[in-house]
Amino acid sequence: MANSTMESGVDPRARIQSQVEQSLRRRHAREKRFRRFGLTAVMLGLAFVAVLFVSIFSRGLPAFWQSTLTLDVRFDPAVLDMGPPPQQKPEESPRDFQQRLNAWNFQLTMASWNTILEDALIAEKPALEEHRRQLRKLFTSGAKYRLRDLVAEDPSLIGRSREVTLLADAEVDVWIRGNIDRSLPDARLQLSPEVRRIADELHEDGLLDVTFSTTLFTNSDSRSSPASAGLAGAFMGSLFMMLVVIVLAVPVGVASAIYLEEFAPKNRLVDLIEVNINNLAAVPSIVFGLLGASIFINWFRLPLSAPLVGGLVLSLMTLPTVIITTRSALKAVPPSIRQAALALGASRVQTVFQQVLPLAIPGILTGAIIGVAQALGETAPLLLIGMNAFVANIPTTPFEQSTALPVQIYLWQGNEMRNFFEARTSAAIIVLLLMMITLNAFAIWLRKKFERRW
Amino acid sequence: MKMVDPEVMVQHRDDRQSQSPASQTVKISARDVKIYYGDTQAIKGIDLDIMENEVISFIGPSGCGKSTFLRALNRMNDTIEGSRLEGTVTLDGEDIYDPSLDVVLLRAKVGMVFQKPNPFPKSIYDNIAYGPRLHGLAKRKYDLDEIVETSLRKAGLWEEVKDRLDKPGTGLSGGQQQRLCIARAIAVSPEVILMDEPCSALDPIATAKIEELIDELTESYTIVIVTHSMQQAARVSHRTAYFHLGELVEVNDTETVFTKPENELTEAYITGRFG
Repeated sequence: MANSTMESGVDPRARIQSQVEQSLRRRHAREKRFRRFGLTAVMLGLAFVAVLFVSIFSRGLPAFWQSTLTLDVRFDPAVLDMGPPPQQKPEESPRDFQQRLNAWNFQLTMASWNTILEDALIAEKPALEEHRRQLRKLFTSGAKYRLRDLVAEDPSLIGRSREVTLLADAEVDVWIRGNIDRSLPDARLQLSPEVRRIADELHEDGLLDVTFSTTLFTNSDSRSSPASAGLAGAFMGSLFMMLVVIVLAVPVGVASAIYLEEFAPKNRLVDLIEVNINNLAAVPSIVFGLLGASIFINWFRLPLSAPLVGGLVLSLMTLPTVIITTRSALKAVPPSIRQAALALGASRVQTVFQQVLPLAIPGILTGAIIGVAQALGETAPLLLIGMNAFVANIPTTPFEQSTALPVQIYLWQGNEMRNFFEARTSAAIIVLLLMMITLNAFAIWLRKKFERRW
Repeated sequence: MKMVDPEVMVQHRDDRQSQSPASQTVKISARDVKIYYGDTQAIKGIDLDIMENEVISFIGPSGCGKSTFLRALNRMNDTIEGSRLEGTVTLDGEDIYDPSLDVVLLRAKVGMVFQKPNPFPKSIYDNIAYGPRLHGLAKRKYDLDEIVETSLRKAGLWEEVKDRLDKPGTGLSGGQQQRLCIARAIAVSPEVILMDEPCSALDPIATAKIEELIDELTESYTIVIVTHSMQQAARVSHRTAYFHLGELVEVNDTETVFTKPENELTEAYITGRFG
């Protein structure tokens, strides 16, 4: 073979053979290039995700630890000047009793808690007596209310002592944990030299320590007491909005998709509706916020900043996504299944609900949950319906004022106490990401559970 | 396509089929049937009587309208957007396109088996039980069990699947799936079974089984079968109808169609000159 090729040099079969080999080499090279390109793209994506996670976690995790003062607090009756809480007298009307109780609670709030705090510190370190006026700056202002709540819960504490762990002031926390350059001139440091010195001393004695703190999860946002600012309010707000979206957008979206895909006649009007649904999916979310402000708030007079309104706006925004994914899930069910059911004498409704829908459910659920997750991370429309307002209470119903996780991130990101809130911002992002990951994992689990082969 | 020797084909048929159709009662009657898909006319005026308990096969080149006409017999064309029928089709003398007629009732009487086996992605039991449940044919679980067993026995599948009725129907082999679909159609006790190229996705052994089954079913059902295999038409059917470009060119005893076709087009098709 080789000989004859060499002699003639133009053996057509050998020529074709070599051409095929050459083109094969080119093809292999091309395929290899493509594979490498794909792999690089994936690696790049993974690297970005890794950088994102590492940076967020490394910044956010420290927010779960906070400077705290652990002290034996004596609830001195002389300082508090409080009697025992009022008891209901037999001849007293409930209204009168309530009035007396409110008066007692008011008195409790107004008691000189700062003195109690100062006394507790001085009891540990008598030398601090001369700096008494500075001592209150060590505690976050929420510490007073912590003590008040303790007494309100258990009035028998008055006159006794108890060990209490109290949050240190945010600026003290920043100083102790080195989140500020200690070599800065006095004018640019947040704390006076005296307070700094006392804080360092207390830290050395172990009275002021950095401990794990759950207040981030149990408190709502706070301005007067930044150290006790937490996510609970925003988390509940987001949770309520998510519920509203699940209750509204998912059933309405799935029902419209089923009607459009399976029952609607094919005519101009339906075409127009379809085109507009696809257009709606591309409308910027802030426009939905404007719509919500003008319709739900100005027209229906729903409360500002309420998760209900937020949920309604996000539902509108999520509807197109849910409709589009549901329709494609329905389209993916082989027509032979529909024909089989119809030929057995099932009506169209029976065919859809008994045969088609069960097969489309994994796709529908995935779409719905991705839509909900999208809504959960949305910020812009919420700004327009007042959910960026500062709300200090934890909502217990969707009608109460509230903020939301992404908005809370936005608010903390803009807080002027950068060196304290930077960690909180990242911690809020971690919580939001965990919520998303949980939702997506749930979507995957549901899909696996309902997935059937055909 | 290979030349088909009609003599050889006719030999395959058993004695019963050499006789004329089992009954002279007209089951389905089509008069001047025209079917349109939008602006295109797929069927151009067909008259055809289908006798009770006969097996009639529709043959013809691709696109000749044989499947369209078959689907007109249980109104499956209704599910296609823009399809329209003119003329009359009657089942036992009743117009099946009468607006007052419930199509569900018609499809319970006229069952259908499709080209590609299409079992529901459910258990074998639920596949068969779907139709009877739909029409409320079984009051008790025991009755339903019986329907499932009888249907599977009639479809010759009982022995193969009786121990795994709760396994998915989609896990069966292609031929078994098609027999499952036949059993599913039988389960609602139809009078007519329409088969749209039921063996085109099956291997020769599975095909032979289905053909045997058709032989047995003809005792209790009228069967209309569309097929691309002329050997199959010759083996299973009493009568054969040849369709060409939306027209019914010739219908006659299968033997006559394959040995002495009256029409040139039929002859050209069965001798393999086109198709």
